[in-house]
Amino acid sequence: MGALNTTKPKTRLSNSNLLFMIAGIIFVLMYGFALLSFPGSFLQFQTFFDLFNFNAALFIFTLGMCVVLIAGGIAISVGAGCGLGTMAWAMLLESGTGDGWGALLLALGIGLAFGLMHGYLIAYLEIQPFIITLAGMFLAQGLLTTLHKDPINVTKPAFVALRNYTIEIPWLGTVNRLGVFIPCEIKPGVIVVVVLVVLYAILMKWSRFGRNLYAVGGNSQSARMLGINVKKTVFFSYVICGLTAGIGGFVFLMTTGAGNIGNGSLFEIKAIASNVMGGILLNGGVGNLLGAPIGTLTLLTINELIRAAGVQSNLQAIVSGLLLYLFIMLQSIIMSLRGRSKFKLALPPWLKLQQPPDAEKAGNQE
Amino acid sequence: MPKLKAHFDRLSHLFLPLTVLVILIIINLIKGADYFKITMVNGAFYGNIPNILFGASELVILAIGMTLVTAASRGQDISIGESGAISSAIFVQYVLSAGEVTIWTILVGFLISCVAGLIIGAFNGTLVSFFKVQPMVATLILFLGGRSIAFIIDGKVSPILANEISNKIGTVIPGVPIQTPIILTAVFIVIVAVILKTTNLRLYVEAVGINPSAARLNGIDPKKVIFLTFLIMGVCAAVAGFIAVNKAGRHDSVNLLKFIMMDAILAVAIGGNSLGGGKFSITGSIIGAYTIEMLNRTLLRLEVNPEAIKAFKAVFIIVLMVVASPVVRVFVTKLFDKAKTIVAGYSAHQTGGLNKTVVSITDTTGKKEE
Repeated sequence: MGALNTTKPKTRLSNSNLLFMIAGIIFVLMYGFALLSFPGSFLQFQTFFDLFNFNAALFIFTLGMCVVLIAGGIAISVGAGCGLGTMAWAMLLESGTGDGWGALLLALGIGLAFGLMHGYLIAYLEIQPFIITLAGMFLAQGLLTTLHKDPINVTKPAFVALRNYTIEIPWLGTVNRLGVFIPCEIKPGVIVVVVLVVLYAILMKWSRFGRNLYAVGGNSQSARMLGINVKKTVFFSYVICGLTAGIGGFVFLMTTGAGNIGNGSLFEIKAIASNVMGGILLNGGVGNLLGAPIGTLTLLTINELIRAAGVQSNLQAIVSGLLLYLFIMLQSIIMSLRGRSKFKLALPPWLKLQQPPDAEKAGNQE
Repeated sequence: MPKLKAHFDRLSHLFLPLTVLVILIIINLIKGADYFKITMVNGAFYGNIPNILFGASELVILAIGMTLVTAASRGQDISIGESGAISSAIFVQYVLSAGEVTIWTILVGFLISCVAGLIIGAFNGTLVSFFKVQPMVATLILFLGGRSIAFIIDGKVSPILANEISNKIGTVIPGVPIQTPIILTAVFIVIVAVILKTTNLRLYVEAVGINPSAARLNGIDPKKVIFLTFLIMGVCAAVAGFIAVNKAGRHDSVNLLKFIMMDAILAVAIGGNSLGGGKFSITGSIIGAYTIEMLNRTLLRLEVNPEAIKAFKAVFIIVLMVVASPVVRVFVTKLFDKAKTIVAGYSAHQTGGLNKTVVSITDTTGKKEE
């Protein structure tokens, strides 16, 4: 298929890539607007890096959610799972028995356990994903409040060192009023985000499993006809989502450093919103994985903009809702324009999703 | 016999919610035999059953709307709590600004809040039907911003709705033995039942939910039908908000009907409806809603640690969904068939007659359907 694509560089843009392009353009426009209106803060590289620094966990959750959404499912238990995880690790670290590696193992374990449970119930017992992950959310919240009700601050020195550890970029930075050069700082969580994005992009673009995910999400019936093991694919999409959520929870704890009942609440909604902004449809089968981080960046930029503009706290939610509204309308109008007339655009070949032709067809029906 | 079989087939989707209800009742009876005891306090019935009917009234109304939305649009409305909060905020503001509160003030306020609900439903419905946005994404907008809108309408933190009529709507009218929210819910259910019986709504909604393109080819406009279901959802949310605010006696824009969409979607699923649209059963959803309320109260009655209630609820839901899952159902049916053939073979062996075997097979099928 790759050979075919290179000989015909002007193939019709698939829905995934069109949506991804819209997401990218919107992000650029949004950030450009931010730069123009608040040059003081947004022109600094540190502001951009802080978007990653303080929200690394959200990026990771969005990635995990993206895999499930492309496979045609939904996972609304990630936020509660994160809360449960952070509390468990905080307790483990504070009890004095566990070290950082133990906490990481526990993080992955909890994520994996939820992923396996959801995957088995949804893929092999064919239960509706919304209900099962909703039950998973209740389960995680119930276990969380049973474990501990008050916030736990992790004071273990090794962990605090890890939390405060920052990587300086010596060639990037700003000069403050006194003429002192302040280099930009990034947290270890950002490295995790970058590694995961690269890993998942490779997985979704080049591996057989990634293509199977698109096929199953687009039309599970035809995917089965093609000989794809639909159940296994769906199962592993939830396992991956669970594992990612585990990693995300660990990164969350590394950023905040405290176990709290409110940790990760509403993260599922934020992750869904980010994915929608990144051009990943909830119906499944459509979306470029790189859209997930772009969508998250757009969402965070909107939030930063609203905060920088000093909007009254009650209006903040309304304004972000309105921006989401505009965004969704734009996406939908472009999609419907495309349906009516020939709307031909081509992406550079390295960004193109190399789907099997049948999966593309299934995606185009949406 | 075929007529009877068709009748059973029609009722088979109620198997799941009714089983759950029966299991919950048995658990409650084991805990204490006085479960069904109803006492008269100040001329009104109180007890476990009236409490469940009372507590679930908003949920039932929302579950009805959610069933229609789910069936037609193949997605869920997650902004129902917020739309209820906004429309009831408008109701409260109207009543507070009216000065003297009469039954007409309440009625006009209720109608205004219904109009607000219609506008909210139209907003969501336009996005879903005309702009082809997935329902969950379209309603995400109001989910994010709705409570702030309600707060701004309120103008201050939780205005208090202190008047006689609201109090009566929230609790009991003297002389009527049943709590008013239960009566209102019953009236609403009857209205919905009449609408479904006399109009083609059910047929249109199911047709659109099963296959929108096929429905369009048959002359049903899927856009209009989906838009209509969202309008109905808006009215349901307004009615639920009206009942909730009268029950609470004050309008708390942050906590009114908070996260009720999860319970409403759960009620739809427990009622045996597919969340992927298509055929629906309002009866199932209503039973599902009451089941959820009963489950909550059962856990409280069993003196489960309040922190762990959610975990127990989750385990219950998972077990329930596993039992009702298509795979397990097929497995059980196969098991039944196997047992049937063994029994039939055994009896044939015993009597040696062919006729008797046929009779025994029909007998077992008849029993199974019952």
